[in-house]
Amino acid sequence: MFPTLLAIPILLLALMLQTVLLPTVPLLSGYADLILVILVAWALQDRVKHAWLWTLIAGAMMAAVSALPPYLPITGYLLVTLIARLVRRRIWQTPILAMFGVTFVGSLVSQILILAVLYVQGTPFKLLDCLNLVILPGTLLNLLLALPVHALIVDLARWVYPEEVEI
Amino acid sequence: MIKTVLQQYWRVVIGALLAAGLLFLALSGYLAPVIHAVSTPLVTVQTWVATRYYTLIRPSADATQLVQENESLRSDNARLRNQILSLQEQQKDAPALYSLLKIARTTSDSSYIAALVIGRDPSPFLRYLFINQGSDAGLRRGMPVTTDQGLAGRIVSVSAEAAQVQLITDTSSAVNVQLPKGGNAVLTGSVTGDITLEMIPQEAQVSPNDLVITSGLGGSYPPNLVVGRVVGVRKEQTALFQSAAVQPAVQFGNIRWVLVITDFKPVDLTPLLPAVQP
Repeated sequence: MFPTLLAIPILLLALMLQTVLLPTVPLLSGYADLILVILVAWALQDRVKHAWLWTLIAGAMMAAVSALPPYLPITGYLLVTLIARLVRRRIWQTPILAMFGVTFVGSLVSQILILAVLYVQGTPFKLLDCLNLVILPGTLLNLLLALPVHALIVDLARWVYPEEVEI
Repeated sequence: MIKTVLQQYWRVVIGALLAAGLLFLALSGYLAPVIHAVSTPLVTVQTWVATRYYTLIRPSADATQLVQENESLRSDNARLRNQILSLQEQQKDAPALYSLLKIARTTSDSSYIAALVIGRDPSPFLRYLFINQGSDAGLRRGMPVTTDQGLAGRIVSVSAEAAQVQLITDTSSAVNVQLPKGGNAVLTGSVTGDITLEMIPQEAQVSPNDLVITSGLGGSYPPNLVVGRVVGVRKEQTALFQSAAVQPAVQFGNIRWVLVITDFKPVDLTPLLPAVQP
């Protein structure tokens, strides 16, 4: 229960940074997605058992705030968490590599999903501009955030799920 | 008999006579200089002792008072510092608010509500702002939003204490505008935040530095709001329409305060649109 409740203040703080601070430091036209990076780092932790709940909470928060169709952030984050959980079981011995890999792939997947849905709904995007000016710069910013966020989340996971000692 | 009494009580008699004499001299005023001469040093000494007593021997009562005063002054100091910080923050906003007030005064035929920008949409594909006024302040969906520089966008959703504003730079935004040398066009946003004039008739005269203002067509925005200036025109003989790049009047990256035009009611054209046949 506690790890799930902990998601609310942490993700709320991240959402505030996401809506206030990060849009003011764009790279070309792309923003970093701090919540996505947090979810990736959290889902990659071996001890974490509530990654899906965190994902749902983050998706619901993002859906409440953003003008995107509500199902899009939730679906995007669920996909990212799914990738992270799959990767965790395979290359968990190299967590930093996994963090960078999943952040890269997850950023691309979630942004392309949003772009595809908005495009199908009739928003007149220029796809090449979206790729060059939004998706790739945003992914790069996410990769820049990946290392510090990973370090913080590792400490948080150790605090929330202390190591069990056999007596 | 008398002699015996005097021999026995002569000290008392002399004392009484001296006392009576001193009393007589004091009452008649002859003793005042003597009393003054004697009492002055005594009073000086007494004053010195009393002063030292209050400053050295009884400091605790005053110290308590001083500590209380100190605490009170510290508290006042902290409060005033906070007040200064708050005023400095307000001072930063003052020029922007003054400009908004100027706009509101010069266009007194409309009524406005000022709102602070409190956030932006977290998705980079969308250009939306959040403002700190909502339905409690009388804001409704569709109300146009301006700044002191020009048109910013319109409200697309409202909660009790906040509202979401779609900027004119958003990809799905479309604003009907008029050109200074005649003709109408549609201003559209893009994912990069650039705005473009589309559907300019081939015969329309458009040149760089032309001022672009809203036309009011379609009923989504009131007429005559400044949108921006033309910076480049693209005209192809084979195309049906011209297009032009526009420099927005509003600096959307630094937008902090906005004015919502509250007495404009957008026209809903949906019932007039032909139904799509399956």
